[in-house]
Amino acid sequence: MAGRDYDWEGVRLHVVTGKGGTGKTTVAAALALALARDGRRTLLVEVEGRQSIAQLFDSPPLPYEERKVAVGPGGGDVFALAIDPEDALLEYLEMFYRLGRAGRALRRVGAIDFATTIAPGMRDVLLTGKIYEAVNRRQDRGRTYDAVVLDAPPTGRITRFLGVNAEVAGLARVGPIRGQADAIMALLTSPQTAVHVVTLLEEMPVQETADAVAELTAAGLPVGGVVVNAVRAPQLKQADLAAAGKGALDRDAVVAGLDAAGVRIRAGAVDSLLAEVGEHAERVALEKRERRTLKALGRPTYDLPLLSVGVDLGGLYRLADDLCRQRMA
Amino acid sequence: MASPTLDLDRVIASRSTRIVVCCGAGGVGKTTTAAALGLRAAEQGRSVVVLTIDPARRLAQSMGLTELDNTPRRVAGVDETAGGSLDAMMLDMKRTFDEVVIAHSTPERARAIMENPFYQSLSSSFAGTQEYMAMEKLGQLRAQDRWDLIVVDTPPSRSALDFLDAPKRLGSFLDGRFIRILMGGAKTGGRAYLKVLGAGLGAVTSVLTRVLGAQVLKDLQAFIAALDTMFGGFRERADSTYQLLQASGTSFVVVATPERDALREASYFVERLGEERMPLSGLVLNRVHTTGVGALSAARAAAGAETLQESREHPLVASLLRLHAERMRMIEREQSLRGRFTAAHPKVPVVDVPAQPGDVHDLAGLRVIGAALAGT
Repeated sequence: MAGRDYDWEGVRLHVVTGKGGTGKTTVAAALALALARDGRRTLLVEVEGRQSIAQLFDSPPLPYEERKVAVGPGGGDVFALAIDPEDALLEYLEMFYRLGRAGRALRRVGAIDFATTIAPGMRDVLLTGKIYEAVNRRQDRGRTYDAVVLDAPPTGRITRFLGVNAEVAGLARVGPIRGQADAIMALLTSPQTAVHVVTLLEEMPVQETADAVAELTAAGLPVGGVVVNAVRAPQLKQADLAAAGKGALDRDAVVAGLDAAGVRIRAGAVDSLLAEVGEHAERVALEKRERRTLKALGRPTYDLPLLSVGVDLGGLYRLADDLCRQRMA
Repeated sequence: MASPTLDLDRVIASRSTRIVVCCGAGGVGKTTTAAALGLRAAEQGRSVVVLTIDPARRLAQSMGLTELDNTPRRVAGVDETAGGSLDAMMLDMKRTFDEVVIAHSTPERARAIMENPFYQSLSSSFAGTQEYMAMEKLGQLRAQDRWDLIVVDTPPSRSALDFLDAPKRLGSFLDGRFIRILMGGAKTGGRAYLKVLGAGLGAVTSVLTRVLGAQVLKDLQAFIAALDTMFGGFRERADSTYQLLQASGTSFVVVATPERDALREASYFVERLGEERMPLSGLVLNRVHTTGVGALSAARAAAGAETLQESREHPLVASLLRLHAERMRMIEREQSLRGRFTAAHPKVPVVDVPAQPGDVHDLAGLRVIGAALAGT
């Protein structure tokens, strides 16, 4: 399937955001894996200092160094990097200014600490700067990475995070910082970037997805696809769902069915079982409504199933495969 | 060993509880928990204000409020027969910052600060300011003494710990040499200071000029010089808010869902609160799946579904059994994650809030959550 078409051909930076709790780290990891198919090379980046990637891939905590964490389907490499703002700043200063002793002096007087933890926004500038560097890095005849996938801050902060360099450009009208900020903004607003939003079929995550799409669009940032996570396969026929929602399922028929299945439970438990189905019907109805809201956003949408035992490495490959089949990668 | 049950009714009923802080990872239901606790306390007779910080205005949605700004507003529809009341507000960080500036400087100085481009981005758009301002607002509400209980929802931070670290960071920053170096360049007499600090400083200033550009450095210095007079005030307030968090009238409620990441974050938080000697009430475990069909395991339900599938009879019951099996597997997973937490923190009281089929967006829904929080 090498070279086959997919929806994000030409995108070099995939930014994955989503409301907290929607599983954006899992989706980012699955996407990095999917994009590493057929001998490609991807870099999965985390910026929140949580070491979530290491946990997902069962590897020890990542240092500030790119490490291979997995092999993509059909061969290919997934590298991972946890960006530490302080190291990123020292690296940046060394690379552009060859500071040496002065760099150590900066650290001694607290300037590095100031810049990375206290000066608001500076942290985001450094993080986006490092991502920019990784996207554009060259090696031998081509780019080091075919794609970079960023496990980004949640929807509530994503526009501010990605727009931080425009903010800097507003403060620094000239000078080297200005040049760097402009270059980063040019990448982030170009078709080489896509900001994907992860959601669940629940009201608040869908609402935040809609808000994020509107905010990103207003800020000139390229919105990518919507990934609907933890989708449950439909279990009941439409008519049964409707009856279950009204509490109108035939109790005697259910008792007879349980009997035929060789499942013997108390009479009270039968009612509880019916109540569980009623809840399910209610949720399916809600999900349908949220689906319509998502559809109205007009973005390519990808579904990932709920893995009831939780996500392990095997689960990640399965999700990556799902993304490939839906042509997200 | 079973962990003790968290009795939140006791926490909110106690008149000595003055502040409840709801903290935890993003997306675990902090805002809803804060609103539900506030509502329950109000209906039990306390005069409550709920402070939320989330820009998604989730509290507004769940409390039927269309407008939440920097002033607490009375929530309508609350049962006030027990003599309590509920106000709610959403943090406007820019306005809170402005208020601090105005309160701590002369009108001319305040204007100079507010016109500086650094102030404008610092106060409105940069990440990190939110945590400082949330603490500031909490301090203000407490100082007003208009309510006998304040329930705080913490900012959607990178990490739940940011909220705790914000005031301390501000304090250490204000004591830092770096800020004095920056100020040294902007004030007369600063040069002598630079000399005292000794070697490396010339290098620092020259590096800053090279990296930031002379103009940015000048703006930054002007900004810091203008803020100079306010620093004492900032510092004092940061310290007193931190002490407020350690006081016995404060109660931390850590919120999580039965998921790996959320519980890991909750663990970190519980440990940090212990280290900082901050009073922890316990853990609220949100969205826990339960079943009334306890005796029917996932394996047995799945086997029954297979039997029916083979005989091609009762397709509806086969689906019911599959749904139940799915639910039981989820319950098993949740219980094992819960068990991991309670094994590591056996003394931390826990209360489970059952998963609701739909989202909460009205007072009735909040009452249901409130009752679950109280374990009733």
